[in-house]
Amino acid sequence: MEIPKSFLGYKRENRRVGTRNHVVILPVDDISNACAEAVANNIKETFAIPHAYGRLQFGADLELFFDTMIGTGKNPNVAACIVIGIEPKWTKKIVDAIATTGKPVEGFSIEGAGDIETIMKASRKAQEFSQWASEKQREECPLSDLWISVKCGESDTTSGMAANPAVGNLMDKLEPLGVHLCFGETSELTGAEKVCATRGATSETSDKFMKTWSDYNDFILKEATNDLSESQPTAGNIAGGLTTIEEKAFGNFQKIGSRKFIDVLTPAEEPKKGPGLYFMDTSSAAGECLTLQAAAGFNIHLFPTGQGNIIGNAIEPVVKLTGNPSTAINMKEHIDLDVSKILKREMNMDQAGDELIKTTIRAANGRLTCAEVLGHKEFIMTKLFRSA
Amino acid sequence: MDDSYINCSKFQTKKSSLMANTDIIIHDEKDNVGVVVIEKIIPNQDCNCWVMENDSSVQIQSKNEISLGHKIAMIDFKEGDTIIKYGHDIGKVVKSIKKGEHVHVHNVKTKKW
Repeated sequence: MEIPKSFLGYKRENRRVGTRNHVVILPVDDISNACAEAVANNIKETFAIPHAYGRLQFGADLELFFDTMIGTGKNPNVAACIVIGIEPKWTKKIVDAIATTGKPVEGFSIEGAGDIETIMKASRKAQEFSQWASEKQREECPLSDLWISVKCGESDTTSGMAANPAVGNLMDKLEPLGVHLCFGETSELTGAEKVCATRGATSETSDKFMKTWSDYNDFILKEATNDLSESQPTAGNIAGGLTTIEEKAFGNFQKIGSRKFIDVLTPAEEPKKGPGLYFMDTSSAAGECLTLQAAAGFNIHLFPTGQGNIIGNAIEPVVKLTGNPSTAINMKEHIDLDVSKILKREMNMDQAGDELIKTTIRAANGRLTCAEVLGHKEFIMTKLFRSA
Repeated sequence: MDDSYINCSKFQTKKSSLMANTDIIIHDEKDNVGVVVIEKIIPNQDCNCWVMENDSSVQIQSKNEISLGHKIAMIDFKEGDTIIKYGHDIGKVVKSIKKGEHVHVHNVKTKKW
């Protein structure tokens, strides 16, 4: 197949390109969720991203909180953003950082004004943003404006046989075209960590990966009351035939094809070494991983599943594929691409990769994904430790 | 690789281009387990296995009912042996397994913990 050279995206002020044109109402903290949701209810074509944190966090955990909030607002899938927090200082910090992209952003703090007055003021601004964004048109953009993140979930043995290597095939074909790519899931590479480390583009990158993995593993060993057999593999994984974390890891690892990663990112860190494949240190919980990848600026996500994970994301469209023929039938409404023909040998990996490229570009062009149509807008903060 | 490692490339193989149905897929020629890719296989079923890496095929007779996505032993294993899948070590045998039997959490454990 000849790979299309372009897709239709929204060109942003900072030269990044969005696959979506969201106007987001971003609450800074848990107690501002109500206000943000009221604004989103008032003003059509906007939505709030409620979450559970943003109070009394400190140190590295607070930094990650800010990186996640700011990165979400900066993501090119967001056309414009309203930020609402209880206090002005943290609200302003987030607004100022998002404003560096050049996109419309305005902050409101509730303290001293109350919910009702804040909702009124923020709604007026949100109306302005919503109408402004509605005039934005999709334009032809080179494929290199795609920033594709990947993560698998509810994996089974078909993930390693079909859906994950199909993603790997896509990576092998799109990386030479200058696309940014990102995989994560530090914990789920356990068992394949040494083989994964050999995929670092330089010895420095490999060392950085091993240090990231070892730090994570030390943390697990410190916190674990027994081994991780109860949670890795999960009950769903075991039902699907996966026996050990090693087997899961080697299946997971098929997602990067034969690519090498050029850098190791901290959670939510924006890639800075140009096009290519990046590894990001993330949890393997889908909601957390996708939220961090979206905050790093990725604009479309590929999610292979075996037993049928239903995850979506607040701002990144999530394209789901499965190699499990039962899941493709029983959970049809969640599956954007069925590659189970690979198991019957009626489809080879090259064809599966091509089909995935087509599906990905259609979603990038604006076709709503299953997760979007079903209303999945997961936004899950990664918490490093408890708050003060 | 430890000494319990067993290479399954010694299976009799043939080119599989004319094979009708695939019941089991084996990722790598070094693997000593295969994965069931039909709804289930039943005891004493003669199964067609396809080795993805080199596009060859082998036959095996099952001893258990094994459902989609679950693994079958391609050789006899004794306690302490290593299971190879994707050409890599994916865990240790904790209860002996006969060729054709179901391989899963009841007879295989991680080496990580």
